[in-house]
Amino acid sequence: MLFSAGGVVSAMLMPIHVLLFGLAFPLGWLDTPSYEHLLALVRHPLTRVYLFILCSLPLFHWAHRFRFTLYDGLQIKHLNELINTFCYGGATLGTAVAAYLLWRIP
Amino acid sequence: MINPTEYLPRSYHTRVSTYWWLARWAYLKFILREASSVFVAWIVVVTLLQTRALRRGPADYAELQNWLRSPFLLALNAVSLFFVIFHAVTWFNLTPKAMVIRLGGKRLSSLAIAAPNYVAWVVISAAIAWILLRG
Repeated sequence: MLFSAGGVVSAMLMPIHVLLFGLAFPLGWLDTPSYEHLLALVRHPLTRVYLFILCSLPLFHWAHRFRFTLYDGLQIKHLNELINTFCYGGATLGTAVAAYLLWRIP
Repeated sequence: MINPTEYLPRSYHTRVSTYWWLARWAYLKFILREASSVFVAWIVVVTLLQTRALRRGPADYAELQNWLRSPFLLALNAVSLFFVIFHAVTWFNLTPKAMVIRLGGKRLSSLAIAAPNYVAWVVISAAIAWILLRG
């Protein structure tokens, strides 16, 4: 379930984020939003919830997908304990980092 | 409880090559689709870095922006954009397979189920862009 939720979130929300923050703003195609505007946005509780969802769910999507890619793609299912710890542990760690950062916005 | 990765039933198992997925284009496309998840995870990292920089102040944020302008990061994020879009398209195209909806006895066409996803995608993207570009 986390896998499909993460899949939907990353499909719907990520492309525009990557297009804007990864290419359009750095390359000057569009005016960069000011620091003040972004900080004001990020302070709003709804934005923080949005960002938490944007960061956490896709990580679990990655964890699940990558785990099976390693199993089937590289045929290393015998390393399952290591793989599971890396994947789901990584996703949990990322979620914790996101929660910490977003909770403590000045 | 038998650990399934250690127990091998006494039947014939060919050894599958680690590079089986290179044998056919269809296999490679599958692996690429699954590999898109790595770029999804990378974008989460970028988002977290941005959030951290915003917390720390304008100087830190400006430094991050400069870092994002470096050729390596631009190339990486361009590739990420491709894979994130690839993920979105393959994901939406799978929804008809995952959701079989019947109206009045007839099965809804694949397009009827996939298309609303695309529409939502455009609308949501436009909304996010508007919110970001306003200030």
